[in-house]
Amino acid sequence: MKNLFISVVLLLSVWLLLNASLSPVVIVSGLIVTAIIAIFFSARNPVFKDMKLNPKAIIYFFLYFFVFTFELFKANLDVAKRVISPKLPINPGIVEVRTRLTSKIGRLFLANSITLTPGTLTVDIKNDSLFIHWIDVSSTDIEGATKKIVENFEKYLEVIYG
Amino acid sequence: MEVLQITGGFVSLIGAVFLFLGSLGIVRMPDSYNRIQTGTKATTLGTLMFLIGVGLYNPSWFPKLIVLIFFILFTNPVSSHVLARAAYSIGTELTKLTVVDKLKDSRGEDIDA
Repeated sequence: MKNLFISVVLLLSVWLLLNASLSPVVIVSGLIVTAIIAIFFSARNPVFKDMKLNPKAIIYFFLYFFVFTFELFKANLDVAKRVISPKLPINPGIVEVRTRLTSKIGRLFLANSITLTPGTLTVDIKNDSLFIHWIDVSSTDIEGATKKIVENFEKYLEVIYG
Repeated sequence: MEVLQITGGFVSLIGAVFLFLGSLGIVRMPDSYNRIQTGTKATTLGTLMFLIGVGLYNPSWFPKLIVLIFFILFTNPVSSHVLARAAYSIGTELTKLTVVDKLKDSRGEDIDA
């Protein structure tokens, strides 16, 4: 049921954005079509099953959005600075980090967030470990790297996806 | 109206600067992994700012541009992850500057995991 609801909301918002109007005709036809699509697909594809829908999770979702945007800016400036400085100050390596997230979609969001922030790139996932190519390795042990790369995102994703 | 268009132009310009720096990174970086770092991802902010700038310049396109931005946010990391993983699987060498490679120790037992 929750899976169905989230599918409908997502599809409907894409439909409304593409139409760029809120007229009743658009909303009603969108609701009917998205409901049919969601019923067909959410039965076989329980991808949103692990998402939580309580108020705290929704607030954290928006907080996460802002934190992520801020990190994106910071990391982009950092990589841009490395590219233009004449000495090319990089210190790359592949480090291992651990995640506490258990749900598949939570891990997907974590890996995607890490990859989208420039300077870190998820190369592989194995059980609880993510292997991350880091352009400026500052700590090679698992705990230190986890603290620096993962924790900032994880504390929000944990509330949203568990 | 004028103000919005000028702001849009500036935001697009900043985005273009980031895109340029990303492509400069492709030339300057020493190995594939670092090129993926700059080439696919220093450009995320560039593309996003460029699209937002276009949206400010032409506000009636804004809803569609939001869909585009989310499409990029969801597909870009998947493609760069797959590129890096494939590069590692066929044994592309890391640069000599590399300080640590934790993945080397854990590979070998099972590659499909």
